Amino acid sequence: MIIAVASGKGGTGKTTVSASLVSVWKRPVLAVDMDVEEPNLHLFLKPESVSTEMAQLAVPLLDKERCTLCGACAELCQFKAISLLGKNLILFPDMCHGCGGCLRVCSEGALRKGQRELGVVETGITAVGIPCMTGRLRIGEAMSPPLMGKVRQRMRAIMGKEFRDVIIDAPPGVSCPAMTSVQDADVILLVTEPTPFGLHDLRLAWQAFRPFGKPMGVVINRAGLGDEKIQAFCSEKELPLLAEIPFRRDIAEHYAHGGVLACLDAGMRTLFENLAERVERLERMALMEVSHA
Amino acid sequence: MTPASIFKVAVTSEGPTLADFVDSRFGRAGGFVLVDLETMATTYVDNGSSQVLAQGAGIQAAENLVKAGAQALLTGHVGPKAWTALQAAGVKVVQGVENMTVDEAITRFKAGQFAVSDAPSH
Amino acid sequence: MRELVVISGKGGTGKTSLTAAFAHLARNAVLCDLDVDAPDLHLIAEPSIQRSGPFLSGHVAEIDPEACKGCGACEGVCAYGAIRKVDGRFVVDAPHCEGCKVCVVSCPEGAINFPDRLCGTWYESETRFGPMVHALLDPGLENSGKLVTLLKAKAREQASKFGLDLILSDGAPGIGCPVISSLSQASLVLLVTEPTPSGLHDLERVVELCRHFRIRSTVLINKADLSPEYQTAIHAFCDAKDIPVVGHLPHDPAVTEAMVRGQAVTEGIDTPFGAQVRRIWLNLQPLLEAPSSSFSKEIPS
Repeated sequence: MIIAVASGKGGTGKTTVSASLVSVWKRPVLAVDMDVEEPNLHLFLKPESVSTEMAQLAVPLLDKERCTLCGACAELCQFKAISLLGKNLILFPDMCHGCGGCLRVCSEGALRKGQRELGVVETGITAVGIPCMTGRLRIGEAMSPPLMGKVRQRMRAIMGKEFRDVIIDAPPGVSCPAMTSVQDADVILLVTEPTPFGLHDLRLAWQAFRPFGKPMGVVINRAGLGDEKIQAFCSEKELPLLAEIPFRRDIAEHYAHGGVLACLDAGMRTLFENLAERVERLERMALMEVSHA
Repeated sequence: MTPASIFKVAVTSEGPTLADFVDSRFGRAGGFVLVDLETMATTYVDNGSSQVLAQGAGIQAAENLVKAGAQALLTGHVGPKAWTALQAAGVKVVQGVENMTVDEAITRFKAGQFAVSDAPSH
Repeated sequence: MRELVVISGKGGTGKTSLTAAFAHLARNAVLCDLDVDAPDLHLIAEPSIQRSGPFLSGHVAEIDPEACKGCGACEGVCAYGAIRKVDGRFVVDAPHCEGCKVCVVSCPEGAINFPDRLCGTWYESETRFGPMVHALLDPGLENSGKLVTLLKAKAREQASKFGLDLILSDGAPGIGCPVISSLSQASLVLLVTEPTPSGLHDLERVVELCRHFRIRSTVLINKADLSPEYQTAIHAFCDAKDIPVVGHLPHDPAVTEAMVRGQAVTEGIDTPFGAQVRRIWLNLQPLLEAPSSSFSKEIPS
């Protein structure tokens, strides 16, 4: 089972929930941080023996001797990664989206595959033996999806070898990166806070992820801080409310010191164990509906 | 660089005439007024094809300039990719040209009041 | 023209709440919400839309089912897995289509169209704080930064139109394309952080981004009382990078209370927190006035 922990709004508690779920999960599990721009999961799970693999994107390299300056590559490129300026063919590898089109249209074989560094994929193991994978985007690299694609590949490789559930800490928002991380999930958890910003962005997330047709559940973090409109929204949209983490000063401080919330006290541990059970039940019910349809 | 060796100058502008104001952007400028310094005849080069791009507007704008035959560019500021493109094309770039009309920019250029940039502004 | 861009790296540190407060305190500003993925500033600013328009960016491939002969050349060249076979013909899955055009030029029947892609909507509005520009990107799309660039240009237009000389921009979380685009031409970037491991980690990344693009920045530590240790760590980091810390704000329910009332935290009720935000705003002024990076200037004759 793959669980994606997402949200519309940033800072609602995705990483808090992901780290805690991973720590109480009863079956073998793989923790994956897909927020490649600002990965934080490792700060709480603290994996050791981390191995780092460079992730690269295939971008064109020019052999000037063979180039006839026909400009077919520049004509095709939608991203201005190749430009014909007078008698010069200039490449801008930062702009390349890796489509391979220029390599295909060059009739002289003047372009070959080079590499642009996207970032790294770090794989480690926590003190209690849980494998943890993190994508980390190179600073200055503008696009997240190519690196996220590499993380997904590594994730699938591990899933192919060992029977593990996967808990994905997704990036905030509902644009391409967020969609890329939830598309594989069997269940999507939406973490929100009971404030006008929280509700607004929860609605955006719900609208964006609905077309995937996956069961979705909501976790309210900092419950008690704002108003009750989130509960009303969940009820209206028949979105199961799976957990409410109270707004408490000691919880905020525990987080501020890098603590996993499920380890704070017995009450928090129970809250997350219940959440885990409800997530599994949500998935089972969705599967049953499908088989009865 | 002496202005005497440059005949065709492009100025990023908000409109097609010498009386229009300089547009301080390059890549996403609406267009360029291309001036023949000897005759002061002008042509307007529309830069719409750059504005619509999600990325690489500066590179497209450089291509537009090169196709139009500009030897120098007067503008507010140029980004690093557009800079690379313009250097490759051999176009001289003057930055910091703003808050004046195209006509004023050309006058000052002819009088040698501008320095050619040696780096993009950002 | 000065532009203050408020970013954070990490989400949820208080960018939007603070930008709204600054909008309330500034007399001469255009408000700009650059978080086009999940915009929230309008929830406090309550804009009344004056103009809006479609945001078109890039293209998307569309296969004409009548013309498609089912050869599959398109599927073979698509680097993104965006094309699949359905009932003997091929279909493009638009959300996965990168708009690279390779399939279009590879189709022997010329059966693939390449229309502009509608990605969202931009808005020019009026608010009680002044003019505002904002937008909403349709879900699942590449947030390339083009819409951010468009909004920044519109903010400048609005500033000229209304004779205003300050743009207040609420940025997006992260360090990707939209954040990079928000930094362009900023006079000053305000980095809002919190004293937590995530806050520090993400601050380091976003500071690196600002240095990479040579942009002036200053740091505000929000919810500062959560951890004295991390507060110290953030100060040490800022000292090492030569970045001024403009101030601290405590973790205070006044922020949410104001949000629920639909007001900026400095509006309506006077609170100690609101007074601290006013002081921060005052502290920002000299940093905003200082000249930003210079480039070739006109040499007087």
